Amino acid sequence: MNMDGFQDQTIARDLVQRIHFWARRIPRKVTIMEVCGTHTNSISGAGLRGLMPENVRLVSGPGCPVCVTPTSFLDMAISLARMPGVTIATFGDLVRVPSSKGSLEEAMADGCDVRVIYSPRDLLALGKELRGRRVVFLAIGFETTAPGVAATILESEKVGNILFLVGHKLIPPAIEALLSAEEVNLDGLILPGHVSAIIGQEPYGFVSERFGIPGVIAGFTPLDVLAAIAEILQQLVFGSPKVVNNYGRVVRPEGNPRAREVMASVFEPCDGVWRGLGEIRGSGLRLRPPWRDLDASRLVTEVVETVEPKGCRCGDVLKGLLDPPECPLFGLHCTPEGPRGPCMVSSEGACGAWYRNERIRGGLK
Amino acid sequence: MCLAVPMRVVDINGSLALAELGGVRREISLELLPEARVGDHVIVHAGFAISRLEREEASAIMELLRGESPAPVS
Ligand code: SF4
Repeated sequence: MNMDGFQDQTIARDLVQRIHFWARRIPRKVTIMEVCGTHTNSISGAGLRGLMPENVRLVSGPGCPVCVTPTSFLDMAISLARMPGVTIATFGDLVRVPSSKGSLEEAMADGCDVRVIYSPRDLLALGKELRGRRVVFLAIGFETTAPGVAATILESEKVGNILFLVGHKLIPPAIEALLSAEEVNLDGLILPGHVSAIIGQEPYGFVSERFGIPGVIAGFTPLDVLAAIAEILQQLVFGSPKVVNNYGRVVRPEGNPRAREVMASVFEPCDGVWRGLGEIRGSGLRLRPPWRDLDASRLVTEVVETVEPKGCRCGDVLKGLLDPPECPLFGLHCTPEGPRGPCMVSSEGACGAWYRNERIRGGLK
Repeated sequence: MCLAVPMRVVDINGSLALAELGGVRREISLELLPEARVGDHVIVHAGFAISRLEREEASAIMELLRGESPAPVS
């Protein structure tokens, strides 16, 4: 057992033993999904898959905001980037994702103005600096990110030239759609810690109540993830699925009501389109009527026919149906240097994580 | 992208705060966590504090290992 990746090897070994103990008492294959890019990295980086019993499979779900952002959103971003007088501001990971008309990085090479920012708050200074231009922020991310964007929108009115292309997504409706999909068979969920810090525990109730599987809100160290897996397996053995919060040091049962209030003052739910999952009812956010003037999508009049990256299986990877190395392009025609799909580009995408960490360890089948 | 880091609040000025992690200081917003106080550890995501980190509370892992659940023997 290779335990090099752990700060506390005694605890890690104990948890792995527990996992094997419970797994032996389950006479079938068990598939556990995490729904957060940070969990993807933690599992892959620490080599947790290699520590699992034969019958336990760990898969990644739609938990990477860049990966689930559909090509149509990127097409619109590129159209905006190519407009005179427009500066695009974005989180870094989006810059290299291919769309129907190339990536933002390629648009930059053609002279478009694209700025990578770390926080939505950076928009306020950028807007002031670029007076006379329109600054369009590509607002993607889950419940963790949307409240900060909303707080920035409330402040950005003072600046006047900041617009938003809103592609925010909500996690519970996506999980519900996934669990309802016929081809998807999951036995347990590791729930995203920082999304939960905002929404709390209650919105996941349906996971155990309607679908009868365990869900564990977990932190992000490899030990947190191992503990979550042990908990899920134990619940399966006892046949008592419930949703539990193992990340109480950060996640309050009620979440962060203030953050939700700020988010709800600016955004309202709408149907959202996810890469791989398609349109899911009530899974997106859009600006409420008083803020619609700030919606950058109304600047886009040109219609682009969306062309999905050829051969890319991100959609199946995001549903946990396919392990990245099972994609025919993985490692040969799709690498972090020359990515075909977002799951390879993003630092949180499952394909990128496998490529960086598990290719050498024998991850390639 | 939901990556968030724990930082210690060193100074507060209205809804802005100065927070520190490993000697690096950054300005963060307390707009979403107005109850944060100087000395608190907060979880910071994209420039916003989103939650307080409870230092006293033993982690779930520690609780698990304290043995409330039946301890596996083999
Ligand atoms: S390996 Fe590349 S092409 Fe294949 S699913 Fe992943 S991102 Fe898409």
